[in-house]
Amino acid sequence: MQKMKLVVVGNGMAGMRVVEELLKIAPDIYDITVFGDEPYTNYNRIMLSPVLANEQTINDIILNTREWYAENHITLYTSARINKIDRKNRVVYAEDGSSAEYDRLLLSTGSKPFMLPIAGADLEGVIGYRDIKDTNDMIDAAKTHKHAVIIGGGLLGLEAANGLKIQGMDVTVIHRNEWLLERQLDKTAGKMLQKSLEAKGLKFQLKQNTKELTGDSTDGKSGRVSAIHFTDGTQIPADLVVMAVGIRPNFSLAESAGIYCNKGIVVNDTMQTYDPRVYAVGECVAHRGISYGLVAPLFEMAKVCATHLANFGIGSYKGSVTSTKLKVTGIDLFSAGDFRSPVEAADEEREEIVLHDAVGGVYKKLVIKNDKIIGSVLYGDTADGAWYFQLLRDAKPIHEIRDSLMFGQDSLGNTGHQGQDKAAAMTNEMEVCGCNGVCKGTIVKAIQDQGLFTIDDVKKQTKAGSSCGSCVGLVEQILASALGGGYAPPSTSKAICGCSDKNHEEVREEIRKNKYLNIPDTMKGMSWRTPNGCATCRPALNYYLLSTWPHESVDDPQSRFINERVHANIQKDGTYSVIPRMYGGVTTPDQLRKIADVADKYAVPMVKVTGGQRIDLLGVKKEDLVGMWKDLDMPSGYAYAKGIRTVKTCVGSEFCRFGTQNSTQMGIDIEKAFDHMWAPHKVKFAVSGCPRNCAESGIKDVGIIGVDSGWEIYVGGNGGIKTEVAQFLCKVKTSDEVLEYSGAFIQIYREEARYLDRTVHWIERVGLEYVKQRVLEDHEGRKAAYERLLFALQGAVEPWSERVQKREQHKEFETITV
Amino acid sequence: MSNWVKVAPFDEIPKLGARVVRTKDSEQKEFDIGVFRTEDDRIFAINNSCPHKAGPLSQGIVYGDKVACPLHSWKISLVDGKAEEPDVGETACYNTKVEDGIVYLELKDK
Repeated sequence: MQKMKLVVVGNGMAGMRVVEELLKIAPDIYDITVFGDEPYTNYNRIMLSPVLANEQTINDIILNTREWYAENHITLYTSARINKIDRKNRVVYAEDGSSAEYDRLLLSTGSKPFMLPIAGADLEGVIGYRDIKDTNDMIDAAKTHKHAVIIGGGLLGLEAANGLKIQGMDVTVIHRNEWLLERQLDKTAGKMLQKSLEAKGLKFQLKQNTKELTGDSTDGKSGRVSAIHFTDGTQIPADLVVMAVGIRPNFSLAESAGIYCNKGIVVNDTMQTYDPRVYAVGECVAHRGISYGLVAPLFEMAKVCATHLANFGIGSYKGSVTSTKLKVTGIDLFSAGDFRSPVEAADEEREEIVLHDAVGGVYKKLVIKNDKIIGSVLYGDTADGAWYFQLLRDAKPIHEIRDSLMFGQDSLGNTGHQGQDKAAAMTNEMEVCGCNGVCKGTIVKAIQDQGLFTIDDVKKQTKAGSSCGSCVGLVEQILASALGGGYAPPSTSKAICGCSDKNHEEVREEIRKNKYLNIPDTMKGMSWRTPNGCATCRPALNYYLLSTWPHESVDDPQSRFINERVHANIQKDGTYSVIPRMYGGVTTPDQLRKIADVADKYAVPMVKVTGGQRIDLLGVKKEDLVGMWKDLDMPSGYAYAKGIRTVKTCVGSEFCRFGTQNSTQMGIDIEKAFDHMWAPHKVKFAVSGCPRNCAESGIKDVGIIGVDSGWEIYVGGNGGIKTEVAQFLCKVKTSDEVLEYSGAFIQIYREEARYLDRTVHWIERVGLEYVKQRVLEDHEGRKAAYERLLFALQGAVEPWSERVQKREQHKEFETITV
Repeated sequence: MSNWVKVAPFDEIPKLGARVVRTKDSEQKEFDIGVFRTEDDRIFAINNSCPHKAGPLSQGIVYGDKVACPLHSWKISLVDGKAEEPDVGETACYNTKVEDGIVYLELKDK
């Protein structure tokens, strides 16, 4: 088949991101040609400031090398500025005479620095700050000249000022507003920033307006710039002037080709321009009237654009909320959203929470409206910036955490990284990811060398955070501080996997609405991108089908992880472990004898007592499993399942001199009632007979504690990666009520949590208030949920005995010898 | 010289699944090969050993023409035995054919 031709005008971060995304999902449908007007291949523009500050070199910030273009069969023209698009014949022409035909055209022409229209703006030594050439010009100027003036105290201006100071120049920043970074900071933080920068030797003239620039010729009208004059009549010497008063989308090429522009190239939510063959992304576009100058939105656009170029026709860009960070070493600031105070915004519904330590140099402000964070400014301690930004983007109600909100996300993880909660305090040699042995330095290096921008990229390239996930918060901090304004935290409502753009909630809703009963219909109905999904989405879909349509949907064993498929736990050497159920942790001499006999007969290498009060037979060959189950004649303990695991119990009132309730019997009753239950993740119960809590009910998904007058029920505990203490749900009187309340809780979790969410993650997202409303206040709803759970479990088959009886149907356990 | 061996009836290899074939190498040492069947009924055979930590690939989830290793989820191509980027490594592949509903596997010369 003849490939279509894709021409990309603009070899920058946005355009090339589209190409990279496109190569990932549809590598073979286009012949790609790229035109760039700079002599370089695609580089990381947001890292120009560290280059100016001598922290990195040009080579460090190249994102795609010439070899990369060649390997991917991309024709690259550098130093080639396109000056004409012939839309009728579908050809673009460059100034150097080269041309290319296209079937699809992608415009990513970026932006231009805005040059103040004042006298002297065209003098030698007056520049914008946009590309490698500007950066090199500044470094060269610093070698021969002394006085640098930066017009504009915004992010770019301050980064330029800091860099030129490091290059040895005497630097003055001219700013029109009363304080620096007025779009990113409130007055207090702006003044603190000014103080820190002054300590670095920078000078500032605030509330100052530039009138003209004069040159070193006799009439002052030509030659190299020598002075800057202000409207108040004063002047200072200047032999390098950097204009950093803003950027303007660069859309003149599109406009001259007759493509509709309005302060930018106008695109719809699919990044298509008014010419359906022409797409546009990046700083040059106006999407819903907004042009973005930060990298995170550009990448979101690129992703959407790539899916449309790949003819998937899915994904839409709805605009971005952005956050900013200043890349000046030693200065920590972060801001996001609308952080104006109630007075400034003339909005009485706003509230602010402020922490200000002028001596310690820390300032934090959170602006809240209708129980949600709408803006934040952090200065001096920005460790929690990413967290606040996440709460803001997700519009999460904060009343439950309000009293501790200002003190940050109290801990980012408890195990596996030496108890560190602040990435900044870690040295490069310290281990961040305890599972995969990844140090901080390795992550920083990968981010810089390989041009990584997202948590997923870092996970993929370094493995940090890709196993148990406990260090993801730390990795996120490292990423945020390495990227500054380029960092965008992942949205929590993300797509289920790369096979679809639908998120978990949307998938569940469609399964319910359309009554899908098997995986192929589900994938077809939702236009899955892959023929049979992947190892991430298939188990999730299988669970959603089973939990939404019990008894009607088809369970697909091939979409289950091996442990659930063979009802045993795979071990590192490919053997399995066998754990029979012991309801409530109670066993008998007969059971123990049977277990001992089986362990002897099959030469089981290790017999171990588990943390869940039962016995584990480890190192069993797959082909021995069915025989062992037959000999054991005990039910499966589901120790391998995303489902009900154990109900841990203490001795209780039957024997214990302190016991107030018969916790052992309660545990047995729960384990029997909920036996065979599948869930989004593993579910652990515990029942203690008195508040001494010997069964450790405080760290279980459902923890029950007997008191003299009844039972207390706690939910959302977790003893794993991050120790989470269960929260009090309610107190009930009878054991029937324990079953009903805990059953309803678990059923709502089963129906509404995302696959692989533990109860704690689900509660964190929906809030304990919501859970209480569903389980405690809505009496009918609770009873109905409990009924649905019992219905789902009706007639459940014990999997081990089933496989023993139907050996023939389970050939997968047999090895073929040749 | 080719060395085709009979494995099993086609129907006994589960769709989107695999069977384990135990055989011996030139030094008479036992090793396992995974024989996989994709959704569109193609049959592939690769060493039952992930290049990462030797996980039994035959026990993984099969999708498209790949399998996800059950131990640490490396994605291995059934076509060429290579690990999906950014992981690096590969495992040996074997030719297969189906004749009269029987799956055959070509072992390396002994």
